[in-house]
Amino acid sequence: MRIKETIYKWIFTIFAFASLLFLVGIVVVLFKEGLPIFKHVKLVAFLFGKSWYPTYEPAEYGILPLIMGSVWVTVGAVLVSVPLGVGSALYLDELASYKQKAILKPIIEILASIPSIVFGFFGMVIVAPLIQRIFKLPVGLCALTASIILGVMAIPTICSLAEDALSYVPRSFREASFALGANRWQTLTKVVVPAAGSGVSTSIILGVSRIVGETMTVLMVSGGAAMIPVSFFQPVRPMTATIAAEMGEAAMGSAHYHALFAIGLILFLVTLVFNIIAELISRRFRIKLGLNR
Amino acid sequence: MHNGTRIKISNVSFYYGNLKVLSNISMDIYKNQVTAIIGPSGCGKSTFIRLLNRMNDLITKSKLEGSIYLDNKDIYKAKEDVVAIRRLVGMVFQKPNPFPKSIYENVAYGLEVNNIKDKAFIEHRVIESLRKAALWNEVKDRLHDSALKLSGGQQQRLCIARCLAVDPEVILFDEPCASLDPVSTKKIEELILELKSDYTIVIVTHNMQQAARVSDFTAFLYLGELVEFGHTEKIFTVPKNKKTEEYLTGKFG
Repeated sequence: MRIKETIYKWIFTIFAFASLLFLVGIVVVLFKEGLPIFKHVKLVAFLFGKSWYPTYEPAEYGILPLIMGSVWVTVGAVLVSVPLGVGSALYLDELASYKQKAILKPIIEILASIPSIVFGFFGMVIVAPLIQRIFKLPVGLCALTASIILGVMAIPTICSLAEDALSYVPRSFREASFALGANRWQTLTKVVVPAAGSGVSTSIILGVSRIVGETMTVLMVSGGAAMIPVSFFQPVRPMTATIAAEMGEAAMGSAHYHALFAIGLILFLVTLVFNIIAELISRRFRIKLGLNR
Repeated sequence: MHNGTRIKISNVSFYYGNLKVLSNISMDIYKNQVTAIIGPSGCGKSTFIRLLNRMNDLITKSKLEGSIYLDNKDIYKAKEDVVAIRRLVGMVFQKPNPFPKSIYENVAYGLEVNNIKDKAFIEHRVIESLRKAALWNEVKDRLHDSALKLSGGQQQRLCIARCLAVDPEVILFDEPCASLDPVSTKKIEELILELKSDYTIVIVTHNMQQAARVSDFTAFLYLGELVEFGHTEKIFTVPKNKKTEEYLTGKFG
């Protein structure tokens, strides 16, 4: 009996630590393969260089256009997903009947299970031509199209987590507010939303982190031009799309190859920071509502 | 023995869906008196007290029969007046439920939602309410600290102050000491006795000794029915009904 228990314990310990092992492995590889680029180009020139011509002679490795591509697309997607995601969470939590909620929430969550290539395909075939026609653009594949598709993709993350945060607000807070003569709107804006605020922010940060890291869709709909964009109607080339598009042609061990790993490293660090912030805020949220003492 | 009826409950039955939880209750709640509602768990005490400020409106598929009059006005007739009713009939809940805001903001909340903008007036009212709730001396130096830093008993007195701030005439206490220690309980009970001179008080309690200590009138509810109602002294010394006697002597509970 004792031996059996020890074996079980070890098996599950190994399972639990496996993901830690993978994480460490990935981080090590990212640093090992990414850092050598700085033998070819200085950090500042890499981050703020305005030209990304990795296959020219001499090659230029300035990723500012790629960073700006990611920034534009992310900002646009946030503008789409935050109102829709938080708005639908508020609706589900405050206005929807029990039945509506039981139907709507799973449907919104199904949106998350659609493969990103399908979103990309949809963007290419339906949304891009539409955008092209409405705004009379030379091409429909641009930052706006990418923003819309990515924004829709982030809705389930934001809506689902924000709705959880709202529903964690204890009923007793609402009752206290109603008992003091507050109406529904006052209770929502003065008690429920402030109490759930940090939980809602966490949902937004995790949604953004999903947008930043999304690859297949942006590769398909963002247009792919490595220029610093000045409007939503220009094609862009976000960081993730660059890695996906170029990794196949970069010779292993070349400067180009290391540059792509360095982009991956930056993406990793950015999403890591987002996730840490989200975790910190949500911990504060749970303490604030007395959910874990 | 009393100075008139404040709330008149007339043939009230209440349903959750098809389930009848209160059955044909009629009684009066008198001005400036403490009325205790006692009875075993699940007898409908909380449901009953929540009818008096229409808190049960929040429950879908519930239904009320009969009428409840506050100063001769049927509170279930004037549908648009829920807010006014809740201002007149304040409520303190079973578990202290201060908002995750500062002590000051908690007390000021009821004034703000009732569109009172005058800052000086709000401040005056906050201080006055905290004094009345016997909390002022403990919090006067940290009004802007989070209310959640207070102890359970202090939080409950804060909830009482929050309720007093909107200047109600009736205060409903729904098992206010259920989650408090004996010292905090004693403070709340003393407070209830003090508040009696200015307010009409209804208290639901699980604790028969508490009912005996604080109330003037007692109603005994059992399985959704009002078994006996009368002066607390009489109910506790010479109960008319056998069920009441059995409950008070601990035969069931």
